Amino acid sequence: MAFLDIKNVTKSYGSVKVLHETDISIEEGEFLVLVGPSGCGKSTLLNMIAGLEEVTSGEIAIRGARMNEVRPSQRNIAMVFQSYALYPNMNVAQNMSFGLEMHGMPKPEREKAVAQVADLLQISPLLDRKPGQLSGGQRQRVAMGRALVRDPDVFLFDEPLSNLDAKLRVDMRTEIKKLHHKLGTTIVYVTHDQIEAMTLSTRIAVMYGGYVQQLGTPGEIYDKPANMFVAGFMGSPSMNLFPAKVAVENGAPLAQFALADGGAGKLPFAGNGMAAHDGREVVLGIRPEAITDADGADRKSHAIHTVEAQVEVTEPAGSDTFVVAQFGDTEVTGRFRADVDVKVGARFPFAVNMEKAVAFDPETEERIG
Amino acid sequence: MAGGAATQVIRTGHGTRFLIYTFLAIFCLYYLLPLYVMLTNSLKPLSEIQAGGMMALPSDWTWAPWASAWSTAQIGVQPTGLSPYFLNSILMVVPAVALSTVLGALNGYVLTKWRFRFDTLVFGLLLFGCFIPFQMVLIPMARILGLMGLAGTVPGLVFVHLVYGIGFSTLYFRNYYAQFPTELVRAAMIDGAGFFRIFWRIMLPSSGPIAVVCIIWQFTNIWNDFLFGASFADFDSQPMTVALNNLVSSSTGVKEYNVHFAGAIMAALPTLLVYVVAGRYFVRGLMAGSVKG
Repeated sequence: MAFLDIKNVTKSYGSVKVLHETDISIEEGEFLVLVGPSGCGKSTLLNMIAGLEEVTSGEIAIRGARMNEVRPSQRNIAMVFQSYALYPNMNVAQNMSFGLEMHGMPKPEREKAVAQVADLLQISPLLDRKPGQLSGGQRQRVAMGRALVRDPDVFLFDEPLSNLDAKLRVDMRTEIKKLHHKLGTTIVYVTHDQIEAMTLSTRIAVMYGGYVQQLGTPGEIYDKPANMFVAGFMGSPSMNLFPAKVAVENGAPLAQFALADGGAGKLPFAGNGMAAHDGREVVLGIRPEAITDADGADRKSHAIHTVEAQVEVTEPAGSDTFVVAQFGDTEVTGRFRADVDVKVGARFPFAVNMEKAVAFDPETEERIG
Repeated sequence: MAGGAATQVIRTGHGTRFLIYTFLAIFCLYYLLPLYVMLTNSLKPLSEIQAGGMMALPSDWTWAPWASAWSTAQIGVQPTGLSPYFLNSILMVVPAVALSTVLGALNGYVLTKWRFRFDTLVFGLLLFGCFIPFQMVLIPMARILGLMGLAGTVPGLVFVHLVYGIGFSTLYFRNYYAQFPTELVRAAMIDGAGFFRIFWRIMLPSSGPIAVVCIIWQFTNIWNDFLFGASFADFDSQPMTVALNNLVSSSTGVKEYNVHFAGAIMAALPTLLVYVVAGRYFVRGLMAGSVKG
């Protein structure tokens, strides 16, 4: 039995179903990230785990015990909110010990627990300050401290980093990851930031339109997206998706697509799996880092193929240069090393790593290979 | 607020400045004149007033009119002075203000953080209650007080003012709590605090500014109320305002203007005091949430 079980859970407001049948099982110590655009149902699912919203149908269980009717305070969970939700009238120490006090822990033990967590998060000097006197990063730490001190079964994070500036966000992200490694706690974390999802999680649930689109490790989600939504949502810049046609030449399947100059690009698939789809129209998905120059291509790959196409735009970004060309009447972006000499308007042999290519059905948008 | 020069929107020359301040000074004097007349005349013997020196400073300073107004003047039929009625007013105002403020806060808390079906309708009806003229409820209220056995008592007056006060205090607190982040309530729920615990430990301690506004508003209104006091109180439960009227409008004997002035000042002092003590929070509370800062 899993540690946290979400079984066939749905949520409706009146006749509007905001979360469709969802099944997720989380083992102890896992870091699950729910990621998706706003309105996808991820916060609703988190609030249902917390007990702040009722489950319309299905069951949520922690350590095998059904939680649907259990009050939030009795679920042994702790939550970190987007706005931190620190009690403005209490100082940091009181904020952290409030939950313990409500659960009837005697004062000496409370003080010991608070001191311990404050030490861990390096907020000991702030203990007698009010939240109003703290910076954004400090508030964030206190909010995490308040959750940690409870020593709960499951931590719930609701977009905890979205109120921080860019640099602090990266620092806190690292810190949360370190904390997870150190304490081995079970975490469910909601974010709309796919980079946060990739860096923090042991598993990701990509959500859209009230459905879990794909549940998997960051590697699976990135390399084998279940459908075109996941492919487009995860990764920055996002995966190139362009129409192509499957053809079999000399027994090997390849993808054919139009180029801007009227010619045709041909990219053989790695492996023979796509041979079954001979003649089928597909949407080909290739990550920008799999489209580069011959010298920059992955040396371990056995399926580097070149396509000559005209360079339309180059976007130097410091560490990389993004090069835009047209494959199948669609703009595709390649990620090149910064020092590669690429001229706009010239023809250039793009080296494509077909081991990393995926194909989708244009109708259902599901991955077929 | 920023430095003086920066806040000055319109630049004015010395001449204009002089004119403006002269004008303001004149208005100031004009408004202070009644207080001056009341104070000076309450401190002189009756003979000086009858001699026609209304505007003059007392030539013979005396506290006698104050003492008389407080403890010996004829109120209605008894020569008790205003002191028992002052006490009545205190006994009426303090519980009425405290209860209506706390209940208003509770209402505001429920209407914003524990929303239910038709909550806006309930709020609308409470608001509607604020705008019902006092005169309209006199007879039904008298009937209800009679049924409750509270007719002619101080607790009866407390009840009447409480009922009238809740509409306004709910309005204040609801609007204040609407700005209050709901995530705080959710965090407290996860921490294990219940409905009342959240109210006492988190909502109320953060309601300072609006509580001051509410207290000043309720105190002034209830203390200054005459109609309910005159309608629902007996001789021994009359508030200060009614007693003052009885003192001033008694039709027997000589009109003791100096005593009347002293009594009128006494009746006005508590509200003045509340404004002086809490006034700076008043504007701050009214403006709370309107500007980020």
